[in-house]
This record gives sequence, C-alpha cells and structure tokens, in this order.
Amino acid sequence: MQYHWHWKVLVEAEPGGTGTYLQYLIVGLGWTLATALAAWVIALVIGAVVGTVRTTPVKWLVRLGNLYVEVFRNIPLIVQMFLWFFVVPELLPEAIGDWIKQMPPPWGSYAPAVMCLAIFTSVRVAEQVRAGINSLPRGQRMAGIATGLTEAQAYRFVILPQAFRIILPPLTSEFMNIIKNSSVALTIGLLELTGRARAMQEFSFRVFEAFTAATVIYLLTNLIVVLLMRGLEKKVRVPGLISAGSSVQAGH
Amino acid sequence: MFAGYDFDVIERSLGYLFREGMVFTLTLTALAMTGGIIFGTLLAMMRLSSMKAVSAIAGAYVNLMRSIPLVLVIFWFFFLVPYIGAWLIGASRPIAVGAFWSAVITFTMFEAAYYCEIMRAGIQSIPRGQVWSGYALGLNYWQTMGQIVLPQAFRNMLPVLLTQTIILFQDTSLVYVISATDFLGAAAKVANRDYRLVEMYTFVAVIYFIVSYSLSLLVKRLQDRIAIIR
Repeated sequence: MQYHWHWKVLVEAEPGGTGTYLQYLIVGLGWTLATALAAWVIALVIGAVVGTVRTTPVKWLVRLGNLYVEVFRNIPLIVQMFLWFFVVPELLPEAIGDWIKQMPPPWGSYAPAVMCLAIFTSVRVAEQVRAGINSLPRGQRMAGIATGLTEAQAYRFVILPQAFRIILPPLTSEFMNIIKNSSVALTIGLLELTGRARAMQEFSFRVFEAFTAATVIYLLTNLIVVLLMRGLEKKVRVPGLISAGSSVQAGH
Repeated sequence: MFAGYDFDVIERSLGYLFREGMVFTLTLTALAMTGGIIFGTLLAMMRLSSMKAVSAIAGAYVNLMRSIPLVLVIFWFFFLVPYIGAWLIGASRPIAVGAFWSAVITFTMFEAAYYCEIMRAGIQSIPRGQVWSGYALGLNYWQTMGQIVLPQAFRNMLPVLLTQTIILFQDTSLVYVISATDFLGAAAKVANRDYRLVEMYTFVAVIYFIVSYSLSLLVKRLQDRIAIIR
C-alpha cells in the first residue's frame, strides 16, 4: 500500500485563479487569524467584565455572570456557530435580519463566526479572570480600600493588574484555542485555513499534501504565538510576583 | 419570538433524533472515552519514562495533537484510516471505513492527548516515595504502576477526567463535517429537509445544554465528595 506524494501541487495554480495552492492556503491563514484576533479582542473585554463581576459581592450580578458562563460553556461550539448563523438573523427584527443575511460572501459568515467565537471564548476567559482574582490574597483588596480607594479603584489599580499578570499563561493557551476553534467556522462557509485545505483536497485530489501543509502552517503559527507571548510575559513581569503554576485543566 | 415556531417538527422527528442521533453520539463518546483514557494513560506513562526516546515520542504526539484543530484531525483520520487499514491487512487499495469507526478512531487518538496530560498530572501528584516503596517491596514497574500509582492517580483525577469527557461529548458534534448522523447531524438533516433550521438548532442547543449541565453538576458533587474523603 503506497501513497504517491506529489508536493509540487503546492505551487500549481488553484482553479479559482488567485495563484498557487500555497498562496490559497496562506490567504486561509489570514482569514483564520483575522477571525481569531477580532473574536479575541471581544472575548477579552467580555471575559474580563464577566469574570470580574463574578468576584464582586453583588449577588444578582454574580448569578447573572454564572448563568452566562454555564449557558455558553455547555453548548457545543458548532451548535453555537449554527445558532449565530441560522437562528439569530431570524430572531432579530426583520430589517436587521435581512441585512445580515444579505452581507456579501466572506462577511456573511465572518461576522457570525467572530461573534460565536468571541462569546464562546469569553466564557473561558471569564473563568480564568475569576480564578486569577480569587488567587490573590484577600488582604490586597482590603489594603486597597484601607488606603482610601473605592471598590472600583481597588479593582482597577490593585487587583486586576496583578490578576492579569497571573493568568497570562492560561490566556496564551486560550488564544491558541481560539485560533484552532476558528476552524469550526468552515461549517458556516468561512474559507479559513482548514476549510481551504479541504477545498484544495477536493480540487486537486491531493488529500495528504493539503492536510500536511495545513498542519505545518498551524504548527508554525502556534510556535510564533508561544514565542510572542513569552516575550510579553517577560515584558510585563513584576519582579518578585510569582505567576501561578499551571494546574491541569480539561480542554480542547 | 415564538410566533410561527413549529414545535411539531421536533415532535415528529424525536424518534429519529434520539434513536439514531443521540445513540450515535453517546456510543461514540463512550468508546472514545474508554479508548482515550487507556491510550492516554499509556502515553502519560511514556511521557514520564526515564527513556529519553520514549518520552520524546509521546511528547511529540501529544503536542502535535494539541496544536492542530480538531476539525483538521477529523479530516486527517477520515482520509488516513482507510490507508492504515489497508496497510494493516495488506490490501492494495484503501479499505472502506464507515463514518462511525472513523470517528471512534479519531476521537480516541485526539482525546488521548488530552487525557494524557490529565493522567500525567495525576501520576505526578503521587509522592515519589510510594514508587520507591513499591520497588523496595520487590514489585516491578508494571505492578507498581498498576497496583499503587495508577489507582490513586485515577481517583485524584476523576473529576478532571469526567470534565474532559463532557467536553468530548460536546466535541463529538464536530463529526458533522464528515456528514455522520450524530445528534446534531440528525437534526441538521431534518432541519434542511423540512426547512426548519431555527426550531431544530435551538432544540439541539437546549438538549446539549441540559445533558452537559446536569453532568457537570454531578461532577461537581463528586468533586466535593472526593475532596472531603482526602
């Protein structure tokens, strides 16, 4: 049983006429990153807010935060993707729904994909933020308030700056997760890296070349992200403040 | 919001959704969990091996699996398994493997990497002294592992292993990309046939939520119970 490799396929022209297959895949990586980065920004903002809210003494806010986390953590990503793509436009007022449905091709699936990944990841960010805040000694908050800061100021100047430094390593892996998870957007028609690898395999019948190329590109991307984040960790590190050891967690 | 919401389509397809779809999803989850934990534990033992080459191979496998998207892994195995099968039985052409077995192999291999990391932490949580005592009593590596270290590691890691299984349960819905008829796949087929996407997908979301959330509550209770005993 032999598979005949044909690596030259990567420099052959793809049928869409935009260049070689390799270029086709690289553009896919661009879409992967564009989706992941946009979603990451939103996820960080929502996650920081929800995570912080869940550590405050306000009962109903904590409950609301818990509800948000449980809902979006217990529905599979692909189902959430379908909800954003097929269901949300139907539930919105007709004019807005139609406007969403009529967005030109890549954007029609890009926008729901970003929203879906953002909300999905925000839950995981919120969990990290909450864990980070809870890992700080309670004296920090009390000392902040004793020096005359308000509750909000204590968060802003004392708690959050430390919490974010502590959770930087787990946030790095969440960022890599969002890059990987963006591949699910191919189910709603976004041609990102995995989607393009599959399309390439369909056009050229070079199954394993296409998937190997995509795998290598993902590995390189991961490597770059890890190196960048390590640099960032070094840059924001406060001497003497120990970062949390990574406890093992379930993930995907 | 629920005006014009057709509950009837859900009712009509309940049998199909659960007897075909949910059974597929649950069988796949159970098989992949069993296979994944066994293979993952072996990988964890390899990673902790004192033999450099063995631990490097296991490490490379785990890191590779954890660096690429599950969807891509599903595609990989969907096309690779027929070739591996042909190679194993010496056939000259790729053999036909159904979506189900392809999915079982994919999720076993993929989840093993995640279970491996959990089991590795579990094994490392056992004090080294226990291993040395085992050796001092004359047990060999497999006896020490099988009778002393692993039982404790499993118990310590049970909540995390189960949480990972809930994630696996959710992730099996990705077999949609190879057109398998799991719970989501069955719902998608009905949705497209009757053009009832809104109803079917919200129903699927609700069911997944109920199952995952109740399981996670159970895990939480188990966690508390284990924490008290220790």
